[in-house]
Parts: sequence; C-alpha cells; structure tokens
Amino acid sequence: MKKSIKSNSILRNFIMTVLISSIAFMAQANELSGAAPDFTLKSNQGKNIRLQELRGQVVMLNFWASWCGPCRQEMPLMDALYKKYEKLGFTILAVNVDEDSADADGFLKSVPVTFPVLYDNDSKVSEIYSVDAMPTTVMIDRDGNKRFLHRGYKEGYEIEYEKQVKKLVRE
Amino acid sequence: MVREVAVVVTNSSTYNMINKMPFFKAFFVLLITVNSMLMSAVAGTLPVDSVDILYHRYDGGGMEIDGPFILLRKSIGTQVSVNGHYYIDSVSAASIDVVANASEYTEERTEISAGVDFLHEKTMISTGYTNSEENDFEAKSAFLSIGQDFFGDLTKLTMGYARGWDEVGQIESDFSEDVDRQIYKLGVSQVLTKNALMGLDVETISDEGYLNNPYRSYRYFDPADENNFLTAREIYPETRTSTAVAVRGLYYLPYRASIKGEYRYFSDSWGIDAHTYEVLYVHPFGRQWTFEGRVRRYSQTSADFYSDIFSHEGANDFLARDKELSTYTGITYGGGVTYELGQGVIPHVNKLKLTLLVDYLKYEYDNFRDVTAGNGELAAGTEPFYEFDAWVTRASITFEY
Amino acid sequence: MKTHLIIGLLLLSLVGMSGCSGIKPWVKPYERNNLADPIMSLDRHGAAGSYIHHVYQAREGARGAEGGAGGGCGCN
Repeated sequence: MKKSIKSNSILRNFIMTVLISSIAFMAQANELSGAAPDFTLKSNQGKNIRLQELRGQVVMLNFWASWCGPCRQEMPLMDALYKKYEKLGFTILAVNVDEDSADADGFLKSVPVTFPVLYDNDSKVSEIYSVDAMPTTVMIDRDGNKRFLHRGYKEGYEIEYEKQVKKLVRE
Repeated sequence: MVREVAVVVTNSSTYNMINKMPFFKAFFVLLITVNSMLMSAVAGTLPVDSVDILYHRYDGGGMEIDGPFILLRKSIGTQVSVNGHYYIDSVSAASIDVVANASEYTEERTEISAGVDFLHEKTMISTGYTNSEENDFEAKSAFLSIGQDFFGDLTKLTMGYARGWDEVGQIESDFSEDVDRQIYKLGVSQVLTKNALMGLDVETISDEGYLNNPYRSYRYFDPADENNFLTAREIYPETRTSTAVAVRGLYYLPYRASIKGEYRYFSDSWGIDAHTYEVLYVHPFGRQWTFEGRVRRYSQTSADFYSDIFSHEGANDFLARDKELSTYTGITYGGGVTYELGQGVIPHVNKLKLTLLVDYLKYEYDNFRDVTAGNGELAAGTEPFYEFDAWVTRASITFEY
Repeated sequence: MKTHLIIGLLLLSLVGMSGCSGIKPWVKPYERNNLADPIMSLDRHGAAGSYIHHVYQAREGARGAEGGAGGGCGCN
C-alpha cells in the first residue's frame, strides 16, 4: 500500500514536468521576413508556374498532401477565399508533396478546387521552404517577400488567412 | 463470474469439483478502459467521428460467449471529442463431463463507458469511466491519460493512470468482498524512418483485496486414500503487483503492405513470468480490400502458490489451482479481411468499413491436469494434462463521418 | 522499486531531450505518406482490437502493455 502511494506522487511530478516542458516547446513563429525563394513547378493547369512571374500579386503558398486530414478540411475554405479576392490581385499556389501525383489527383476529384495546384514530387520546394508541418501556409506579399506563416490547420485558421490576405492586398 | 460445474465420481464418493473460468470479466473492464486510453491519443488531431459496431464471439473450452460491442465517437468543436461504448457478454457454459448434477449455466455481463478527449496543440488529455455489471460481480474504473508529441511529431509520449474498484460477490449468498486496483502506464512511440515505426510500452498494475474466485477450490491428496483427492477453498495473497514491458515494430514494405512484430515480457509478485510474441502481416489489394494474417505465441510459468494437487490441506500459506496461474503455452493463428468504401457511396459518411477477423487459439497446460478425464478411474495426480482450443470471431461494421 | 526506476529514467531522458531543440526531425512532414497509410496504424481495428486483448487477459495470467498509438500523418 505504501508503495502505491509513493509511486502516485512520483507519477504526478513527472506528469507536471512533461506538461510544463511541452508548453515551452509549443512556441510558434507566425511572422516572417525576407524574400520568398523562387521556384518553378509543373501545375495541373498544363503549364509550369514560376513564383517570380507572380510578382505584383499576393500569393498564398500552401503545402498539402493527399493523406493529410486537415488539408481536406482546409481546401474548400481556401477555394472560397480564392474566388473572393482573385480579382484584387491574389492567387493561391497549392503545392502537393505526394510522391505519386495520382494520389493528389484522386484527392482533387472528391475535393475540387479552382486555384492552381503544383506538383512537388521530389520535395525540393518543401525543403527550400523548410516545411515542418502539414499543412503549411506561407503568405507572400506583392514584392515577393514572406510575411506570414501558418503551421497545420485548425478550424478558425481561415479567419486569419482572410485577415492577412485583406491586409496584403491593400499594400 | 462464470461457473463451470463438473461432477467427478470416484471410487468412494462423489465430489463437487469446481473448475471454472476465473475473473476474466474483471480484467475485461481493466482492458477496455486501459485501451481507450491509447486508442484516442493520435498526433495533433482529434479522433475521427465514428460508429463502430462489433459482433464478438468466443467458442471453446466448454464455453460460448458472444454479444455486441458498440463504440461511438463524436467531436464537439475543434478541441473536444466524446466517446462511449456499450458491451455485452452473453455466456453459456456447458459442463465438461457431467455424471450427475448437470448444470448448464448462462449469464450476462453488461458494460458501459463514457470518456472525453481534449486536444490542445500537441497535447491530448483523455479521461473516462467504465462500469461493468453481472449478477455476482461489479467493476468500476476510471482513467486519466496524457499524450504529447515531440520532435516534429516523430516521438509520442503517453502517460496514464487508472483506478479500479471491484465488488466480488457470490450468487445466492451475502458474500461480498472488494478489490482495489491501480494502473500506471507509460508509452513511447517513435518514427524511425519514412517506413518504420516502433513503440515501447510499460505498464504496472497493483491489486489489493479479495483476489480469489469464490467458486474455486484447490485439491489435495485424501489422507485416507492417496488415489483420491479432497478440495478446499483457495487462499490467495491480498496483493498482486505486476509489470509488463512490450516492444513493437511496424515496417512498411515497398509493394504496399506492412509487417508488425511484438514482444512482451510480464512478471508479477506471484512468481508468474510470461513471454508473448506476435507477428502480423497486412496486405491490401487496391484501396478497398485488405487481408491480414497473424501468429502469436504465449508462454508462462506458474505462480509460486499454484499446484495442481497439494500434498495435504493447508500445505502453504497460499494455495491456488487456477489454471491461469499454471505453466502453459498458447498459440494463436488468425486471419482477417476488411472491405472499405470511401466517400460518396452513403451520404454524409466518409468511410464505411466491414471487417471479419477469425482466430484459432490453442492452449496446452504443463502442470494443470484435467480431472474430468478418465471417468474417475485415474489416480489423483495422474490425469492427463489439460488442453483446449477456441475459435474467436469478430465481425464489425464501422462508419466514419 | 525497479519499475519506478525504469519509468523515472525513461521520463527523465525524454524531458531532457525535449530541451534539445537542436535535433531536427529526420523524417519531414511531407515525407510521411507511408506512415500515414492506414495499414501502418498500430491500432487498425478499434473495438475489434480491444476485444481480442480482452480474450487474452481472460485466458492468460499476463496483463498490460497491449496497445500503442503513434506514427500516422503527423498533421498539425
């Protein structure tokens, strides 16, 4: 009986330690600076797309995969955002990281979108952008600079997306 | 609790030999509660909303147990998911070899549970409560667990604590005793490569209270005639502490299949040591059909106070004749098939899964004898060792929303 | 006593490691397609999976350390 009481408090101490250290671990950087690295990728609209050629527009760069649940949730909301702000000089580039593009196309059949989808089969662009979460969204302004970063997707993030797009579109 | 009543006629008189399946339901409650802990802790996202309906069936060793198991999960907002389950064991135990006082026995056990998962960033906190009832046994338990992702979600640490309270009774009697249980769990899962995952789990369980089965007895040589035996009620220690350590590895095969290997070592304060090995192979065909095959081997050595037959009454402080505490080996061969339908087939349903799993279990005892063998003509302690086999069937339908 | 030591050491080492933010994940989130495949799940069968553990606990003296969770897509 004494044994179990002792291990009880030991366990509690460890739970607290882990929780506290994990809270420290949760720091998230959201604002970025510096030029967005250039790249060229094949798109689902036939031609290749180069980031630099979109200078002058606000670009929302989104990294996604067919096996990613939150990506599925996010896509329709991104499509609504695209339709609303496209005429104000805004575009979305959805970079798919699946090794096999057939998986991406299958996903798009059940979740169709109107913005361009790019194929990064060998993850070169994901590496350049140090993608460390799935999905990842980088907001790029009209001068081609990185401005905002979103790691993962949770319900409510689309409100932040819209706020940031509105702000960048006005610059 | 389940009683299998078999009557053995010997040369001189008739004895009631009570030889049954002990406390398996006590452990079930533990199990479901404990597994709920780990089932819900997934990296970064809440569990998917689902309805899981299982028909389960165990057929073997003179027993038939079947029933439904319904598991529900529903998310509320983006951070909370609630779950609940409803489970029934419908038992019919036929006596092994009846000479007189035949008693076919039926019983039902019902279990319900409710739980919550709470997700904040990379931390998942889960808690739940379970209640199990049958006519001579009641068990309640509660658990709390925390799961945390580290290193870009390559490492997952889970810690859990559970508490159980059993009330052991006896039908047609005022008998009532308690058992208090504490469980500590620690688990780490680690992504090794793009194709490999491994896990390490440690679990310590501490029971205190009336740990016997009130219907069961031990036997000892009849001082008047050593070819016969007499029985007396078992005496168990009032505490039991056990530790299990398991390691598992999962590997993705390039042609799209997976293979999993597991090893678990178990040791407790009653002197039992057990080793469990299991290999599982999963092979999908396309996106809809998946087949699997598994082999498992279990072996254990007996508890210090176990004996098939004692030299005399009260030979030790503690005396048990529960075959689950003896030395034995169990082998399982199992297979299964799953059929999946994706979105679009049923409105609002993202995935529909039909699963059929069948396992064949065979247990062979090294120091537990089958007293019902030989029609009472065998001298006590010379009966053949007991063995039995069983078929376990699981048929389920799962809806994901 | 031994178990407390094992558990303690494990936890300490993990807590210590969490402080080393210098360790970069060697499997990138965009490389997890195989790990995210449902056949790589440690718990594929939900209720059915729990039930077989129950059967074994009823027939065997050993208990505990049956399950596991982890791997997956690592999303969010």
